[in-house]
Amino acid sequence: MPQIEEIVQSLAGELKKSKADYLEARFEENQTSHIMYRGRAIESIGRSTASGGNVRALIKGGWGFTSFNNLEKLKDRISLAIEQAQSAGTGKSLLAPIEPAQETVSSGVKQNPVTIPLAEKKRLLDEYNEIICNTPGIKTSNIGFSDGRKKVIFLNSEGSLISQERADVTIRLTAIAAKDGEVQQVNLSMGSRGNFNDIRHLHDIVKEMSKNAVALLDAPQVKGGEYTVVLDPVLAGVFVHEAFGHLSESDFIYENDRMREIMVLGKQFGGDNLNIVDSAAEPGLRGSFKYDDEGTRAVKTYLIREGKLVGRLHSRETAAKMNEKPTGNARAINYRFPPIVRMTNTYIEPGKMSFDEMIADIKEGIYAKNWYGGTTSMEMFTFSAGEAYMIRNGKIAEAIRPVMLTGNVFNTLKNIDAIGNDLDMNQGGGCGKNGQAPLPVSNGSPHIRIQHCLIGGK
Amino acid sequence: MEAILARAQKAAKEAEVFEVTSEETQVRFESNRLKQMQTNQSTTLALRIIKDGKIGYATTTGITDGERLVNDAVETAAFGSEAKFQLPDNTSYPKVEIYDPAVERVPIKDMVALGERMVAALTSHTEGILCDAAVTRAVITARLLNSRGGQAEYKKSYFSLDLEGNLIKGTDILFVGEGESSCHPLPDPQSVIDLVLNQLELAKNKAKAPTKVLPVIFTPNGVASALILPLTSAFNGKVVLEGASPLGDKIGKTVFDKNFTLVDDPTVAYRPASRPCDDEGVASQRTPLVEKGVVKGFLYDLQTAALAKKKSTGNGSRSRGSLPTPSASALVITPGKTTFDEMVKDIKEGLVVEQLMGSDQGNILSGDFSGNVLLGFKIENSEIVGRVKDTMVSGNVYKLLKDIAAIGSETRWVSSFLQTPPFYCKGLSVSSKG
Repeated sequence: MPQIEEIVQSLAGELKKSKADYLEARFEENQTSHIMYRGRAIESIGRSTASGGNVRALIKGGWGFTSFNNLEKLKDRISLAIEQAQSAGTGKSLLAPIEPAQETVSSGVKQNPVTIPLAEKKRLLDEYNEIICNTPGIKTSNIGFSDGRKKVIFLNSEGSLISQERADVTIRLTAIAAKDGEVQQVNLSMGSRGNFNDIRHLHDIVKEMSKNAVALLDAPQVKGGEYTVVLDPVLAGVFVHEAFGHLSESDFIYENDRMREIMVLGKQFGGDNLNIVDSAAEPGLRGSFKYDDEGTRAVKTYLIREGKLVGRLHSRETAAKMNEKPTGNARAINYRFPPIVRMTNTYIEPGKMSFDEMIADIKEGIYAKNWYGGTTSMEMFTFSAGEAYMIRNGKIAEAIRPVMLTGNVFNTLKNIDAIGNDLDMNQGGGCGKNGQAPLPVSNGSPHIRIQHCLIGGK
Repeated sequence: MEAILARAQKAAKEAEVFEVTSEETQVRFESNRLKQMQTNQSTTLALRIIKDGKIGYATTTGITDGERLVNDAVETAAFGSEAKFQLPDNTSYPKVEIYDPAVERVPIKDMVALGERMVAALTSHTEGILCDAAVTRAVITARLLNSRGGQAEYKKSYFSLDLEGNLIKGTDILFVGEGESSCHPLPDPQSVIDLVLNQLELAKNKAKAPTKVLPVIFTPNGVASALILPLTSAFNGKVVLEGASPLGDKIGKTVFDKNFTLVDDPTVAYRPASRPCDDEGVASQRTPLVEKGVVKGFLYDLQTAALAKKKSTGNGSRSRGSLPTPSASALVITPGKTTFDEMVKDIKEGLVVEQLMGSDQGNILSGDFSGNVLLGFKIENSEIVGRVKDTMVSGNVYKLLKDIAAIGSETRWVSSFLQTPPFYCKGLSVSSKG
């Protein structure tokens, strides 16, 4: 990307000269490829490249932001961002101090996945598609594969100049079964921080998924109401992301006095057994990075420790206004957006209980596995399972139609009464917030048991 | 564009170049005050080729390297699906009004004033409310050229108002919100304000929902959040072609209530989803999907239509930089005769659903949905008595729309893609922590 690197060099001095309280610029170049199947036919196969940048200015607490992919007349863009910030600002600029950094961070993968020939990717996907389509009872399949390599150069008026590369691989497979006008489907989402080999050996899982979809055609729908529910690590990961992760993003808290009262540090949200972490500093996960999109170094942040609220996720602005330390959670999905407070890799720390112990004393309950999705309104949240089974007298019993679960953050976390010893991170997720989706994140948890969980049903 | 088309034609028999340019300016308010001003400029170029009968595809945003773009498309064509269609030649397009030059001329200070007025209206109504608001104006230009002489070009203006309020009492968190969009400037935010104030009024008191089967009124926002997604999937020609649509074999059959009529219409003047042609240069048309309960048609792009031996309905859409695929442009539901107040009067015990959260997470194809009532109200003895929480509503779209208690007479646009009245539905399964 010689053009962008030259531009950045010439811009560094320009930023420092500015009259704004703070000024930053971010440039990005990325390449992606994708292959999508619907049934046996390829729906879309393609490659794309993108490049662009943005300038963000802060004056008297007001932000100006301008994004562009025409890289000419950059000085005019800077002036525009400054003018906008001037018009928006009426208060005081506050940003938590960070150490300026100058560093180049490589993607950490041996082979850029985008450069692998499409023929090789297609061969693997064909194998998976054959497995799905050859399963008796399957009507059709959907497969979405994409990979990307992205380079982001960040510089600001405080002297930071950070160049980071990352690579990403995601695959979503869907088996659709149909019979007598009934249609059922099961999905599988996997991801990797840029290592194509991580999705190479899914044959057995794909086969099981296809059989599960067919089995669902005859599965009954559960009656709606409250149940004792056991979540597998994948669904429990979605649960922790929706149920608590979003509430710990400080951009919803820092200017909201009533929210600050609710989210006061030390408040009890769960039992002594509950510990929740967000950490971009874990190596090699899809939500991992060294510096966030404001140039703040990533750290491991405990959100809940022994059931108590002990931390939250910050940008430099939210940290300053709440008088806390920045955590490196300001992320932007691409150059068209300013960074906002986001999760990275969010998980419940493992406890001691085995899965068998966890279900042993459940007379009637639900074992919910895998995920379709999840969403939150801060207080109330929903998350939906991809597969579900009744638990009867301490044993996994018949399959039921996938269930939608809902909860309320102020009581559901307290209802977690067992935490397993089998932490697993799910890399298949993408998070959406304020129109920025899907942002690569990972979620994880051991098996957990929730009492009195509300389930939608007939 | 012409140069890229010429280069592509050296490598492939047929080629098509599609370019979208947008310039957007937004004024954002957060926590009751002006927070950010933003401009976004972007240009995306997509190249589709047909080489040896197969489709190749590549896109680029930003610095355009024509040679690389053509090479990428050629590489993908080796594995691309067989092209069953022909690119459209030089056709004529309907006149669809979507550009108002006044949008670009709306001064920033007027946009700020609109945001201030929306925020002030809520803060003066409800003590302690925190508002986010956005006022956006944009101009989008689309251009298409292909090797068969087909060409299309249009310019669209866009203006929108968005208002959201957040009210916290103890650990009770309430969100209310509404938006409006148009190709004209929107100089008066009063209708958005009134809708949000109405939500605030109805949510003042709390009510308990039981766990039982109840009638439910879906407001226009409720219809959008609960009932529409399964239909957009079922009427998609591609889903029909695969045999995965429950409506696939129902053309000419009565599947819905006889009062239910649904049309896809990208020709409504000055609506943001309107356009003279789709993203592959096929002329826009009104496509009836359901007429008085009878299934009338499905939505097609060129390739899907060719595979299904139908004609494209002008619904080829390129979202997220992928190849054109059938997609609804703007769905319009014909209003009925019952007012919202009459619906409420008719119900002894039931719910009004304004926002259902999570209903997109279920088994869309089967029409089953289930969601948390993010914003909804209890009806007792013909009156709305207060907001319900910690409540789930479940149902099946096809069962509900087969026998509708009443369709509302007051229709309006929610988001840019749906115009709908309220729906009064019988018998939904409600589960609640009460």
